[in-house]
Amino acid sequence: MAEQKLRVTLITGRTIDQGVGKELGKGSDKYFDSVAVCFLDPSDIKKLGLKSGMNVQVTSKYGSVVVKAKKYTHGAIPGMIFMPCGLWANIICSADTDSIGMPTFRGFTVEVEPAPNKPVLTLDELLKQEFGK
Amino acid sequence: MTKIIKSVVCPICGCLCDDLEVTVENNEIIKMKNGCAVCEAKMVHGYKSEERILEPHIRKDGKLVPVSMDEAINKAAQILTDSKYPLLFGWTSSASETQHVGVELAEELGSALDNCCSVCHGPSVMATQEIGIPTATLGQIRHRADLIVYWACNPWSSHPRHVERYTAFTDGRFEKSEFKDYVQKLKAKASQKKVAATIRRTQVRYQPSRPQSATVEAPPQTLAKAGRKMIVFDVMKTMTAEVADYFVKVEPNRDYEIFGAMRCLVNDQELDVDSVGGIPVDYLKEIADVMVNAEFGAIFFGLGLTQSIGRFRNVELAIALTRDLNRKTKFVVSPMRGHFNVTGANTVFAWQTGYPFALDFSQGYPQYNPGEFTAIDLLRREDNDATLVISADPGAHFPKSALQNMMKYPLITINPDWNAISRLGDVVFPTQWCGIEQAGTAYRMDSVAISLKKVVEAPKGVPTDEEILRRILEKVRTIKAQKTTKENKEPQKEEAPKKRRLKPQEENVKAEGD
Repeated sequence: MAEQKLRVTLITGRTIDQGVGKELGKGSDKYFDSVAVCFLDPSDIKKLGLKSGMNVQVTSKYGSVVVKAKKYTHGAIPGMIFMPCGLWANIICSADTDSIGMPTFRGFTVEVEPAPNKPVLTLDELLKQEFGK
Repeated sequence: MTKIIKSVVCPICGCLCDDLEVTVENNEIIKMKNGCAVCEAKMVHGYKSEERILEPHIRKDGKLVPVSMDEAINKAAQILTDSKYPLLFGWTSSASETQHVGVELAEELGSALDNCCSVCHGPSVMATQEIGIPTATLGQIRHRADLIVYWACNPWSSHPRHVERYTAFTDGRFEKSEFKDYVQKLKAKASQKKVAATIRRTQVRYQPSRPQSATVEAPPQTLAKAGRKMIVFDVMKTMTAEVADYFVKVEPNRDYEIFGAMRCLVNDQELDVDSVGGIPVDYLKEIADVMVNAEFGAIFFGLGLTQSIGRFRNVELAIALTRDLNRKTKFVVSPMRGHFNVTGANTVFAWQTGYPFALDFSQGYPQYNPGEFTAIDLLRREDNDATLVISADPGAHFPKSALQNMMKYPLITINPDWNAISRLGDVVFPTQWCGIEQAGTAYRMDSVAISLKKVVEAPKGVPTDEEILRRILEKVRTIKAQKTTKENKEPQKEEAPKKRRLKPQEENVKAEGD
């Protein structure tokens, strides 16, 4: 029986595809495909009953975002999810800096759940939804 | 006409690779040699893509409409002078000459001034201010280092040519490249996999459950080999970890403890625990031995230290570990700086004002206080009432709540393309690509100044960011001078409100008298 939700630790960071995408243009398909994603361990994908390319909703205390789920292929990361740096990941990050200017971009707990019927918003749609511009 | 330009500097990451060979035809880059995937994406495709901004825009009735450069300059200067406390942020993908003008503008406005360093290696700068940093140029490391440690970073993705140009896979004068070894290792692994698959297919019917691979593997025997060795500490296995001799999986937010344990072991002290941060102490002992026995070791650390719990204290201990190692051998430590001129932003701000980032000019002189004048903190508290963003994209890299506060007030952006922050701007300037259409100075991650080249001409009417800033500065000075003249000319009007304020009191007295 697949679980409804999973509590995991979020790690954000760079990927080579995100690097290529951002240089091609923030509005490019390559950027969208490489950044609006979330990498999970195969065991967690199984727990959530996800299928390849299915959308997931990642929620933290600070926000919620729908992204595409992908399998992390370099090694085992059970209990962790990895999201490339970008607007989609930052929607759920805290602006708390511990009084030194650096927000908390990684290492905090989030909930991840399947969202097969919710769409992944494009950059423009997400900017409009969050900031009204 | 086709021409080949050699020794072009790549304007993307802190590596500033200066060996690119660019082929230009009809003022357009058509191909290049030696660049990484990210470099090629920008220099062959990205810089001339549809995302390019070619004329200034102002937001009118919620929509961005093209305007003349003069109108945009006037509007930007008006916003900045009307604002009580603007924030000038970005600077890290601009040449140092532009950053210099930025400091002048901040001083003129009495504004806050911060660069992207505050959301990447700001904590590293703070740690360096606390205890100093034993470091070396990348050239030294390339020629001499026999032990490379990447801690909480993934150069394969963020600095794709770092390993190839400066560390394990480069032929230095005294240390040779380990690339052939790596290829051999890959072949061996592939054949091991083939053998295992064959055995599985033909003989084994029952497969015992293997231990969870999340645990740390024991240090391999190859760590004792002569020549270059590479160790990666990270919370998850990355491409960099795959090419390393040894990957050490760290529990998230436990770097501080591991550095502390490593310091104890390097200083010949015993630990009375079995594991630290998910790593068995026996393994840490072996790593400490490898470090002490290295002839020249280099630790490179990334945002995994500065963005997780502990922040600058993590970096402080990384530096302290390097300092301890220097009592026994030669060791250096260096942050993996991100944008190509973020080191330059720190350097220029420091020689102009005394401080590298998180600056405030509201008192007429520079003040420095991370946590107070850093962009995220200013935005979180809604301290600033206008923002100018130059050569950066906080739209894609700031947390939501900080950005939401930024959107409440006017936003001016100076960027070459329609990145997330340009899309959100109220006054949007186009600018030339620094390092492609504009020459200038940039500082590599080891603080070596390198001259960027101009390879092609910019589209007509697109100025440099330095020119835009100088024009805004000039206009700001004109508006301020006009305001001062107006105030001096009409001193009478200053007293008028006082009289008006007296009136109600008089009326009250009158009323009481009645």
